[in-house]
Amino acid sequence: MNALIDTASWILLAGGALFSVIGGIGMLRMPDFYTRMHAASVTDTAGMILMLAGLMLQAGLTLVTAKLVFVMLFLLITSPTATHALARAALEDGIEPQVDHDKR
Amino acid sequence: MRYLLGLIIGAATLWLLLSGVYKPIVLGLGGFSVLFCAYVCHRMGIVDRESVPLHLLARVPLYALWLGGEIAKSNWDVAKRIVLPGRRISPTIVRLRAHQSSELGQAIFANSITLTPGTVTVALRSGDAIVHAITEDNATDMEGGDMDQRVRRLERPFGAPARREASE
Repeated sequence: MNALIDTASWILLAGGALFSVIGGIGMLRMPDFYTRMHAASVTDTAGMILMLAGLMLQAGLTLVTAKLVFVMLFLLITSPTATHALARAALEDGIEPQVDHDKR
Repeated sequence: MRYLLGLIIGAATLWLLLSGVYKPIVLGLGGFSVLFCAYVCHRMGIVDRESVPLHLLARVPLYALWLGGEIAKSNWDVAKRIVLPGRRISPTIVRLRAHQSSELGQAIFANSITLTPGTVTVALRSGDAIVHAITEDNATDMEGGDMDQRVRRLERPFGAPARREASE
């Protein structure tokens, strides 16, 4: 049972690491500011959720897991808020998105 | 009153789970800080339906589950577009109408859009969300209005009938 949980935890941690790296690659590959933000949000969501889930399995049913749940909840609320603030600041500062279709 | 009570219970639960040290003196300090914070919030007049959204509590788990599924799907999609060779993006900007009746509902809608990889709310002006999407398909999906509808159901007060408003 322990080995099973350990394995699941390592798979989650490795998956989280993989998605974080993919987000990083995306930040380099994407052409402009706004598309780079989409790449960053892969790290923000999949990377973060998988890693925290892996850590929760390591911690088991303890207060540490409760804290990890809080960390996840707060990040899920604050990271889109920060992303939005960044995007809006960029737009107001005159960084025009390079888009194929503008249906504003 | 129920919002103040909700705030106290919520803050106390948070404190108990974060602390882990349950000696009388520490518990006393925790209780004091919870009550003091509640008092300060009350004096500032910010304890209301918006800051303590008790009416969302029952419906949030289901919505979170659905949103989690959406996040998983779009993460996979965006990750593929990053890793696979060639230009697989078609950045698009769309204007979406946020049909939520409360500002809190609109904020949840805009945050949900941003949280899902591939779409970011760039601005929210008088009920219109300007959304930047990484592909045209993502933008079209958003225009389908599924998320808008779900957040509207989420913010609906208890007992209110499910109403389906025709989207303009």
